[in-house]
Amino acid sequence: MEFAQQLLQYLVSGFSTGAIYALIGLGFAIIYNATGIINFAQGEFVMLGGMLTLFFLNVARFGMIPSIILAILVATLCGVVFNRLAIKPLKKPSPLNLVIITIGGSILMRGLAMLIWDKDTHAVPAFSGSEPLDLAGATILPQHLWIFGITILAIAGNKFFFYYTISGRAMRACSYNSRAASLVGIAVERMVLFSFLLSSALGAVAGIIVAPLTMTSYDVGVMLGLKGFCAAIIGGMSSGIGTVLGGIILGILEALGAGLISSGYKDAIAFIILLLILFVRPQGLFRKAETERV
Amino acid sequence: MVKKLVSAMFIVILTATAALAAPSIRIGALFAVTGPASFLGEPERKTLEMLVKDINSKGGIKGSIVELVVYDTQGDATKAVQLANKLIKNDKVVAIIGPSTTGETMAVIPIAEKEQIPLISCAAGIKITDPVKKWVFKTPANDHVAADKILIHAAKMKQKNLALITVSDSFGASGREQFKALAAKKGFKIVADEVYGPKDTDMTAQLTKIKAAKPDAIVCWGTNPGPALVTRNVKQLAINVPLYQSHGVASKKYIELAGADNAEGVMLPAGKLTVFDKLPAKDPQLKVLKAYDQAYRQEYNVEASTFGGYAYDGFQLIVNAVKTSGATPEAIRNGIEKAKKMVGVSGVFNMSPADHNGLDLSAFEMVKVSRGDWVLIK
Repeated sequence: MEFAQQLLQYLVSGFSTGAIYALIGLGFAIIYNATGIINFAQGEFVMLGGMLTLFFLNVARFGMIPSIILAILVATLCGVVFNRLAIKPLKKPSPLNLVIITIGGSILMRGLAMLIWDKDTHAVPAFSGSEPLDLAGATILPQHLWIFGITILAIAGNKFFFYYTISGRAMRACSYNSRAASLVGIAVERMVLFSFLLSSALGAVAGIIVAPLTMTSYDVGVMLGLKGFCAAIIGGMSSGIGTVLGGIILGILEALGAGLISSGYKDAIAFIILLLILFVRPQGLFRKAETERV
Repeated sequence: MVKKLVSAMFIVILTATAALAAPSIRIGALFAVTGPASFLGEPERKTLEMLVKDINSKGGIKGSIVELVVYDTQGDATKAVQLANKLIKNDKVVAIIGPSTTGETMAVIPIAEKEQIPLISCAAGIKITDPVKKWVFKTPANDHVAADKILIHAAKMKQKNLALITVSDSFGASGREQFKALAAKKGFKIVADEVYGPKDTDMTAQLTKIKAAKPDAIVCWGTNPGPALVTRNVKQLAINVPLYQSHGVASKKYIELAGADNAEGVMLPAGKLTVFDKLPAKDPQLKVLKAYDQAYRQEYNVEASTFGGYAYDGFQLIVNAVKTSGATPEAIRNGIEKAKKMVGVSGVFNMSPADHNGLDLSAFEMVKVSRGDWVLIK
């Protein structure tokens, strides 16, 4: 295998893992943009997507498509319930409280999933076969194409929603200044609920389409959630192309780190880059620094 | 005051009734029933509970009822130490089975040695019984026995250059270390030595590097789901060299996760329980394996696992020792050390003062995946 071909495979591998991180990162960014909350339970919706699909597929014996739709619906419902029971009752929501609540929520969801299902890892069938596709000597799986496609759809949908619909614009208004937004008649609480609904649905979708590659288990959300969070941070918490680029950068760095330097330091390399970005450009790679008027 | 009196009376009555029968034998167990190592601890606990129930229904050991105290360590060494102290000081057990992992076992060993209570670990790490400690035994075969099995087969197939891909947890690290040492001693060349994280979801980068190193065979060392992903990625990258897995994935779950097509032809050393229905009729372990699997299926409705077998063997060692030597910690320790040709699930145990594991190469069989099932490699 020649070096150029190796390099191409690293890039392709990194790109496809990065797309997974990006899709999960988008869920973080949506809630953050509407509410200013970083929802650390986002990874659990990814887990719910995969596990619920499997549940409807194997236990309830529905077909693939009804299972997926039901899984998204149930996971979204979980997101709404989570918002109603854990976030909304808070009288004085300070960022620290909210972060701790979402972490608590994620532990609760993981625990419930472990009790309801089991502790095993499960394989989920691929959507359209698992015959590898050849790209000038590098290979990817058909499932990767699904991930690319859904990610592109998700960005386009987000862009459209946040910039061209009333609800989307209202949500953005809430994130800039929720008090002012409520003064001009925007129901802030409903917008927050809506953002949870949107991001849990997106998380579930991500969980479903990555499950055939990564397999799924009750604790799959921890690492995927963390990587998605990194993607969103690198991308400056943008709900559009920034996070996607963030995810892809992270994926490619990991693959190149493992391939060219040492696989033992793969995660370390990626997280060192993350720290550097946080030091040098805390607002993310692709966002202009914001100045706040006092 | 009245309450105190009543409870005091209770204690008197209880001890009185207990004194009528032969004294019971209290055995402790430390398993990682929940947490990341629950795949070990859960079958171990279930196996032990099943065995104790069974032996008590048959009148116990020489008329003594067996009492079992199981604590969940959650795979945490600190908890394991606390619970080991509790077992010894509060519950006054005569022997301890467990812990499930090497890290926990190493933490508990000083306590067992100090309090002079026999400890029969269910973890595979070689450090546990090498060097030999007076009160410590273990039932799983050492990792290097599995590594040896693979290397013997590789030598037979004339595979000289091997690529290694191991998981970065204690199981993978121990396997990597022992495999490399043994391979060097036997004159193999390790052309690639890659690592992946236990939660990684894609190993194509590591395998691309391995592919470029042009090995004669790839050896992967880990527990599910990593090795299943490695198997899939090997297929995806069209790396056409034989793939060996470790005994850590010797269950049908691995074939299910990797997909029968992807796993076709993968070879690994497996504990005999995995393939007991394919063993020749003269195999000394066949009867024990069959009985264990049947009993476990009947009780829990799932197939028995090799990991549960570790607890099974630990319990049998204690039962044998009580029968031959007596029920005090000292007598149990001496009895276990004298166990010879004791047929268990993990192998045939031949303990000695110099060997507190007692298993050899015959503990494993080399198997190959064929059409979604295991076949023995002759």
